[in-house]
Order: sequence, then structure tokens, then C-alpha cells
Amino acid sequence: MEKNTATVIPNSLPVSFSDRFRSREALLLGLIAIVVVVNSLLSPYFLDVYNLLDSTQNISEKAMIVLTMTLVIISREIDISVASIIALSGVLMGAAAAHGADTWMILLVGLGTGTLAGLFNGLLVTQLELPSIIVTIGTMSLYRGIAFIILGDQAYTSFPASFEDIGQTYLVNGMIPTQLIAFVFFAIIFWIVLHKTIYGRRLYAIGNNPVGARYSGIRVNNYRLVLLTLNGVASAITAIFLVSRIATSRPNMAMGWELEVITIAILGGVSIFGGAGKITGVILAVLLIGLVQFGMQLINVPGVIMSIITGLLLIISLVLPIILSMFYKRRRA
Amino acid sequence: MVLPKNLLKSREGQLVLITIVFYVAVGIASPSFLSFESMDSIITDTAILMIMACAQMMVILTRGIDLTVAANIALSGMVSALIAMHLPGTPLILVMSAAVLTGLVLGMFNAVLIALLGIPSIVVSLGAMAIYRGMVFVLSGGQWVNSQEMPASFTSFPLARVFGISNLAVIGLIICVLAVLMMRYTRFGRELYAIGGNPDATSYVGINIKKRLFAVYTITGLLGGLCGYLWVARYAIAYTEIALNFELLTVASCVIGGVGIAGGTGTVLGAVLGALFLGVLQNALPVMGISPFWQMAVSGTAILVAVIVNSRGKRQKGLQILRVSQ
Amino acid sequence: MNSVNSAASGGSQPILEVRNIVKDFPGVRALDGVQLRLKSGEVCALLGENGAGKSTLVKILTGVYQPTEGEIVMDGRPLSLESAQDAWDHGITAIHQETIMFSELSVAENIFMGHHLTGKFSLVNWQGMYDETDKLLKRLGITDFDPQTPIKELSVAQKHLVEVAKALSHDARVLIMDEPTASLSQKEVDELFVIVRRLRDEGTAILFISHRFDDIFAISDSFVVFRDGAFVGDGLLKEAKEEDLIKMMAGREVKTSANTRTSVSDEVVLQVDDLCHATEFEHISFSLHRGEILGFYGLVGSGRSELMHAIFGLTAPLSGQMIFEGSVFTPKSPEDAITQGLVYVPEDRQHCGAILDMSIGDNITLPSLQSITGGLKLNWKKESSFARKYASKLKVKAHSLAQKVVELSGGNQQKVVIGKWLGTGPKVIILDEPTKGIDVGAKAMVHQFINELVESGLSVIIVSSELPEVLGLSDRIVVMREGLMRATLNAKETSQEEIVAFATGLK
Repeated sequence: MEKNTATVIPNSLPVSFSDRFRSREALLLGLIAIVVVVNSLLSPYFLDVYNLLDSTQNISEKAMIVLTMTLVIISREIDISVASIIALSGVLMGAAAAHGADTWMILLVGLGTGTLAGLFNGLLVTQLELPSIIVTIGTMSLYRGIAFIILGDQAYTSFPASFEDIGQTYLVNGMIPTQLIAFVFFAIIFWIVLHKTIYGRRLYAIGNNPVGARYSGIRVNNYRLVLLTLNGVASAITAIFLVSRIATSRPNMAMGWELEVITIAILGGVSIFGGAGKITGVILAVLLIGLVQFGMQLINVPGVIMSIITGLLLIISLVLPIILSMFYKRRRA
Repeated sequence: MVLPKNLLKSREGQLVLITIVFYVAVGIASPSFLSFESMDSIITDTAILMIMACAQMMVILTRGIDLTVAANIALSGMVSALIAMHLPGTPLILVMSAAVLTGLVLGMFNAVLIALLGIPSIVVSLGAMAIYRGMVFVLSGGQWVNSQEMPASFTSFPLARVFGISNLAVIGLIICVLAVLMMRYTRFGRELYAIGGNPDATSYVGINIKKRLFAVYTITGLLGGLCGYLWVARYAIAYTEIALNFELLTVASCVIGGVGIAGGTGTVLGAVLGALFLGVLQNALPVMGISPFWQMAVSGTAILVAVIVNSRGKRQKGLQILRVSQ
Repeated sequence: MNSVNSAASGGSQPILEVRNIVKDFPGVRALDGVQLRLKSGEVCALLGENGAGKSTLVKILTGVYQPTEGEIVMDGRPLSLESAQDAWDHGITAIHQETIMFSELSVAENIFMGHHLTGKFSLVNWQGMYDETDKLLKRLGITDFDPQTPIKELSVAQKHLVEVAKALSHDARVLIMDEPTASLSQKEVDELFVIVRRLRDEGTAILFISHRFDDIFAISDSFVVFRDGAFVGDGLLKEAKEEDLIKMMAGREVKTSANTRTSVSDEVVLQVDDLCHATEFEHISFSLHRGEILGFYGLVGSGRSELMHAIFGLTAPLSGQMIFEGSVFTPKSPEDAITQGLVYVPEDRQHCGAILDMSIGDNITLPSLQSITGGLKLNWKKESSFARKYASKLKVKAHSLAQKVVELSGGNQQKVVIGKWLGTGPKVIILDEPTKGIDVGAKAMVHQFINELVESGLSVIIVSSELPEVLGLSDRIVVMREGLMRATLNAKETSQEEIVAFATGLK
């Protein structure tokens, strides 16, 4: 009797088309389509491959931190200090250049600063068991504060030409900026890590239930430490591209980027409570914000307006599903 | 003799002591720091932070965070500045009401999203702060409103004096006292502690979380509006970037004041003292001949030290080491 | 058996009557026309498996939920309970399943949360609340804490007493106790029952909900049984037998499996020598044999779980040593312990055992991912066949492996959790309160499964606060009190009384 009733459990139930349709990715694709149509109506220069590719330079720099930030948020942590790390490693790279360091040395200083800053965040969070939001609010002030102590309201503007080439080069017939290539490269790596390896699975487990993950034999603190350090490294890479592109570094650079980065990640469907989010969603969110930004540039809208739109997109993307589900419920009832 | 000992065990007591020791130490190096004028200017400079620390304390207590306070100040401040500039005849009370009303509306917008729709406060405030800040730009067309464009009555109010104390300091102190009383002696205040301590349990004791949270974010918005006027009038200037990153100082005041980021613990007095500590620190730097560029790093360090101390204090000593067998 | 009136044979009119209550949640009918009568001075036991709708009814009676249909009648008049305050106003209070406490606040404030005493300008009257609380504590004979003590400094049992005091603060005419004994030891239960009996004698009508039959028979006068949200039957408890009640609850016969092993191998798998911890336990020495079930019994706070945490590498012991399979065993993390073949199934399955928002499959494979995939790359095929193997071995009821664990019943969640640890291929498995809060049917299945494990050569340590469980399953029983081992008893030669005596310090 018992044997017969124990039927084989299926792997999964079929996903209905309407469920897929209501996913975060579908929502983002829809928004992207709207933006593309609106932009191409607003400006004849929008649908131009050279222009489009060129416009990715800006957003690709931020997007590199979005990738690591995605992993950080999935593991139920947050890092508000990234923009300050950009400023600190930018200023230190400028200082190195001013002291006559060659390009390799500058890169080493930049990456080293980012790594150490991220590691410091990570050690405070893991060794002293402090909440990452407060730790990084503190280090956010500290890191940018150090940059101000070093440079005040001055700026470093002289860098070796080979260093400036890093952020000013276009490859493949002069079409594709290095930033985009770097972003695509990292996006693929992080997609593989998060969705195709056991590390990714463990990350989701940590984000959903850190205590349970620890009981399951996952060294939760090691993951936190690595992720927060990686976030520092990514910030340093962004700093390298940014500083080499504009050939300037000053303590107030990248102000407010931490919020933009986190906003893009959440817009991409990463749950602020941890445990959920996909790299594909985040890439679509990057694309969406990038296209909106580009469109705004084409019609000469000031950058502050862009921040209104980013904020609105974030809130709409969160409110819309709630309103829709209320609507569905009411119709069913 | 027991009282001082217990006093020092509490965060409030420790903060008072540290602030006084630091204040006196700096004062010994440069005695002008100890003068009444200097004390008055510290309180006046810190009043806005003290008010917003009270508001942020309520928010953090209920497991939220409101990062829109600075953008709210900028927007309501700009609204009041624009009214004062374009309609110089408007009575001050109406200008102030306009700022307060603006803040109230912004607070209610946050409240609808956070309290009614249940979207996490950090996400809402990230989005909303960008929107509010952007609206300052839209309203002002990116222009500054400077002191020549503001009527004298508008700019003179915050620093006008009653009994030798600036209006700003008086308003700050009154609001802090009211906040302390509210959190200790009203049902509303006590219920906020319950919501922060164990939100799942509140329905069993008949507390309507949605209503309470709605009130919390609305009050925070309202205070932000008031501070918006005070800020713009005090510094006699309004532009898009005023109070940039000020929201972090309010959070820092709470952390330094021992308000638990996980919710349910801390006092308004602690948050106010935390704000005052930051105020003394910021005023001391120039006195000590340290460049203002050190300010940011010093506040950052203060936050980190406070959060480390908070976590040390919370850690349970031995749980039940063989109580009887020893 | 199937009539409401049979319970009323006692005579007097009921204080509170529940008539045909229906409660619908989106997609689920939690209660389907249940009925219940509570009389003054009587303890009525509400029985039912998990998901029978007991807690939903409690929430309706206390104003947390509103019923979809049906009515609640008090003293012959229908009531509508819109909030907790409404219920209190009518003298209905409850001690809830999850202790509803605000741990940072004082005892007095916990008691008065939601109905703070207020004075002038409707400001909170602290002195009044302290005085009232003091009276309540005195009435309950509590002297070891006072109204201003923060809740976080109290033990689990003391918190329950605060809940009782809170119920009393409302002049309760109807007191609902939802699993009040689930995390209490026998001694603490006895103390609680003294208070319950006193309340009953004062005329309070008590609705008592528990999974523990010993407690039900010790305290109750009558019973009501629910199954799947519906009323099954009621009656007087002195006329009922445990088997009948179980049958009514489960809707089928449930066999309880007892330990039938006659001998245990002499081979020692795990040897613990003089293990000491800074604060939680001292001088722990025992040996676990191959194919043995070693029970650990003790009151909550006796250091049992903390000892297991140290053995599993979650915390570091101060001194002492462990030998596992012939070599020195010093796990620095759970990962170490798991790789070497020692696993721990934690007591709190919601927060420690399962990753609730992940699928059944992902949960089962989580600790074994590396060995399943043989590398770092995920392998969907291997994973799902692995997960299916353990899910069916433990007879997990689910519609697919992709179903989230949070959607399963308590019993099925526990099966997933056990399957998850079993998948790592352990030699020793430590089960901490493996049947806490799961229903009779699932419990019997878990017990049977534990016996099967041992027969296949595994060694099991079982930590439990339930005496019949420890006695029924174990070969030997270690009794702990206040961080020390007080006795190691042979399960076949000892008795409940002897174990309790060691656990409470009478012996």
C-alpha cells in the first residue's frame, strides 16, 4: 500500500507563460523597448551604432560595481562606501602619478587601495560582527574624508599618457570603448559564478538564511569577507577607468554613485532582503539606465533630471508589481 | 553613590561624560571655546541635527531608515526661499508653514510607500531622495537663491534671540524635549518600541503597525520641512546641493547615541546627545587649528568607534555558567 | 461522540461558544465550520494535528483574525472581535504559541503593551503599571524577578509566567493556552499547572492546546478534536483513551515504534573526554557506540544544545578532547564536522535547519553540493536525482522538488531537514528536538526513521525535552543539569521519575 502511494516527485512544475510574462526581466525588457522607441523619436542621432556604443562608456564604469554589489546584496549585506573608495583610490593614484610613478605603479596603488578599503569593511563586518550598513556609512565618511585630508579642494590632473589610454581607447575599428569590454567580461564571469557554480548557490543560501547556511557547513563569514573585498576591488577598477578617462582625480569625485549603483541593482530585481536576484536582470537594468541617460544627453537634459528618473524608475518598479497583484486579487475575488 | 555608577553604564551617561571631557580639553587649549558665545553657537549650529536625529531615531527604532531627510530639507528649504523671494510680503509664518507643509507631503509620500505598501524603507528612501533632490533643481532652475534675494525677516528669524538664546536653539531644544516625552510617556512612543522590538507580535496586542509607521514617516517629513526653512534661513542661501549627505549625520547621531540599528532599542536622549557630540566635534576642529577637510574623516571614525562600542556592550557575558554548582 | 452536546453533560451554561466558524485565506479554507464550548471552571483541551486550524481559531478568538462566517457567542450574546483590545474587553486572553514578547522592554511594559495605564494628559503612568505588575507577580507567587526586569534576562519558563501574568492583567474569564508547555521541562510544566488549576478553581474557563498527551491528561476536563480545519468530535477526557484521540486527530491508526534492539555494538564511534566550555558546560565525558541511540535529557538551559554546538564545531570548547572514529576530532567549523561525518540537525528548523525560501531540492543538496557535483560547477541532473533520492526516502509530501520549503507543513519541513543532513553520508547524526512542534503522524514517522538509521549502522544522539521520546528511542540516556552531566542511565532500567529527579536536582 505504502509503496504505491509514494509517487515520484517531479523536479518542477511547468512554468506558465503568464508567470514568465510577469517576471522582473519581462518588465525591464518592456521598459527598454519603450525607452528605445521614445529616444529614437526624440533624436535622430540615437539609433547610430557609433553613438550608442560610445554612450556606454559612462554607465559601464558604474556597472562594474553594480555586478559585485549584486552579489553583496544577495548575501544580505550592503556597501555604501563604494563611491568613497573610488574617490580615495582615485586621489591616491593621482598622488602616485604626481610623485612620478609609472602606469603599472599607479594601477597597483589604485587596486591596492580598493582592495584594502574593501578588506577593512569586510573585517569589521565579519570579525567584529557589525551590521554592514552602519560600517559602510562610517567608512564612507572615513575614506572620502582621507581623500579630502590629502587633497582638500585641489585636484590631480597630470597622468602618464599610457595611463590615460586605459579609459580613452576604443577597440574594434575605434567603436567599442574599453569600459564596455571590461563590463561585458566581468558580467559573464559573475553570471557564471552566481548561476552556474556552487558558490552562487551558497550565496543564495546565505542571503536567505545566514544562520541556516552556517549550520549547513558554509563558512558564511569567509563569503562576506570576500564579497566586501571584491566590492572594493571593483570600485578601484571603476576608479581606474574613470580617472584615466577624465585625467583628473579629486576628493569629491563620484559623489552619490553608491546610491545609483544600489538603485540599479535593486531595479534589476535584487532583493534588498537578500537571497534573490539575477545577473540577467541587473544587466537589463544597467542597459535601461544607460539608454535613458543617453537619451537625456541627446536632448540636453541636465544630469540632475536623470537622478529623478532613476529614482522614479526604482519606485515604480517596486510599486507596480504590488499594485498589479492587488488588482489581480480583486478580480479573482 | 549608586546613581553616578549606573549613569556611566548607560550610553547617555557615557556620552555626556565624553562630550564634557572633550569640550573641556579643547577649552583648556583654547579658552575661548569655553565661552558662553561658543556654547551658544554650538547649540545653534547643532539644533537642526538634533531635531532630525530625534526623527531618525523614531525611524531606526521601528527598523527603518530614512535617507530622504537631507533631500527633504533641500526641497522644503527651496520652496520657502522661492516664496520669500518672489512674494516678499508674505508673512513669515506662512512661509514657514509652506516649508512644513512641503515636508509633510514628502513624508506622507514616503509613508504611503513604506507603511502602506510595505516596500523596505531603505529602497524607498534611496529612490525618493534622488527624486526630491532633483525637484529642487527643477524648481529653482538650477539657480541659487542668495541672501540679497531673501527678505530680512526671512533670514533673521533663526538667529534672533529670546533671553539671549537663538530661536534656532530654542526650537531645537523644545522639539528634543517633546520627543523625549513622547517616546517615554505616550502610548504611541511605547508602541514604537514594541514595533521595533518584535513587529510580528504587535497584532497580538492590538497595535496597528501600518498606522504607527505612517505617523513616524509623516512626522519625520514634517520636521524635515521645518528644518528646511531653518537651514535655508540660517545660512541665507538655497541651492540644489544644500545639506548634501546630512542624512548620514542623522544616522550617525543615532548610532553614536546607542540606538540599535536592528530596532527596538535606544532613547531619544541618546540620539540628541549623539548629535551634540558631533556638533562639539565639528566646532572644535577649527578651534584646534585643524583644517575643515578633516571633518569628514573624523565623523566617519566617530561612527565606527560608536558602532564597535555598541556591539561590545551588547554582547552577552557568560550565559549561565553553572550558577548553582560554584 | 460526534455531538457538541455530549460535552455539555456537565450541566452549567458555557461562557463562550464558537458556532460554525469558517475562515478563508486566499486559496485556503483554514477553518470549515468548527464549534466549541467553554465553561467556567473547566479546562478544555483542543486537539488536532498541525494544520488542523487550532492556531487560526485562537487568533479569531483573540481578535487577530476576523472569521469569514459563523459567530462567537459569549454569555448568550454574539460578539464581534475586531482587535486584541476587543477580546481583552470581553475577558478573553491568550498565551500564544510563539511567546509574544518584547525582549528589550520590562516585565511591566510587556504585560501592559497595548493597554498601557495612563494618567494626566493621557501620559503613561509608569508607577501605576509597576504597582499593578507587582500585585500580579505576587498573586502568582513569583519572587525571582520584578516588574522592571527586562524580559531578555528571563528564562523561557519565566517568560511563560509573564505571559500568564499578562493574561491575568485582563481579568480573564476565558484563558487560551496555545502550546504553553512546548518548550518547558517537566518541572516547569508542573509549576505552570499549579497556576492553571488555581485559575480554573477561581472560575476561569481555560482552552488548553498541546501536542503532549501527558500534559493534556494531567490538566484537562474535556476535549474537542479538529482535523483539517473541521470539527471531528468532543467529549469528557476521563472517558477517552489516548489511542482514540490519536485516531480522531489523524483520521487513521498511528503506530508508535519503540526501541526493539537487544544489543548495541561495543565499538566506540565518538568518545568525548572532559569537554569544558567557558560558560555553558563543564566536564562532559561520554562515549557513543556504533548503532546506538544516546539520549540527552535536561531542562531548557541545562547546556545540552550548547554541548552539541561545540561537538559540531559551531563554538569552540575551552578544554577537553574528542575522538571520532579513532582519531582526534577538533572541528573548527560545521564544515569540518560534516566532511568528517558528524552532522547536527538543529532544534530551530525555521531559522537554523532549513533555508525556508529555497526549494526542497536546493535544501537537500546544500551541504553536499561539492560531493554531488564533483567540482565547482553545478550539475542540475545529478542534483535532482540526489534530492529525489532523499526526499522519497523520507517520504516528503510535496508537489515538486522545486517547491519552497516554507510552503510545507512542519513535519515535512523536518523531513527535508533530516534528509539534507543524511545526504552528507554521516556516521554520527545529532538530532536536537527532532519532533518539536510536529504532529502525531509525522512524529511517528520520524521515530521509525531514526530506528531505521540506527539499524543501518549509524550512531544517533538525540536531544529532547520530551521524556517519553527519550525513553522510547534511546539505549542510554545522559541527564544534564546546569552544565554538568548528572547521570548516564540505561533506558531499559530507568524510569521517568528517576530521570526527572536527576534533571531537577532532587537526586
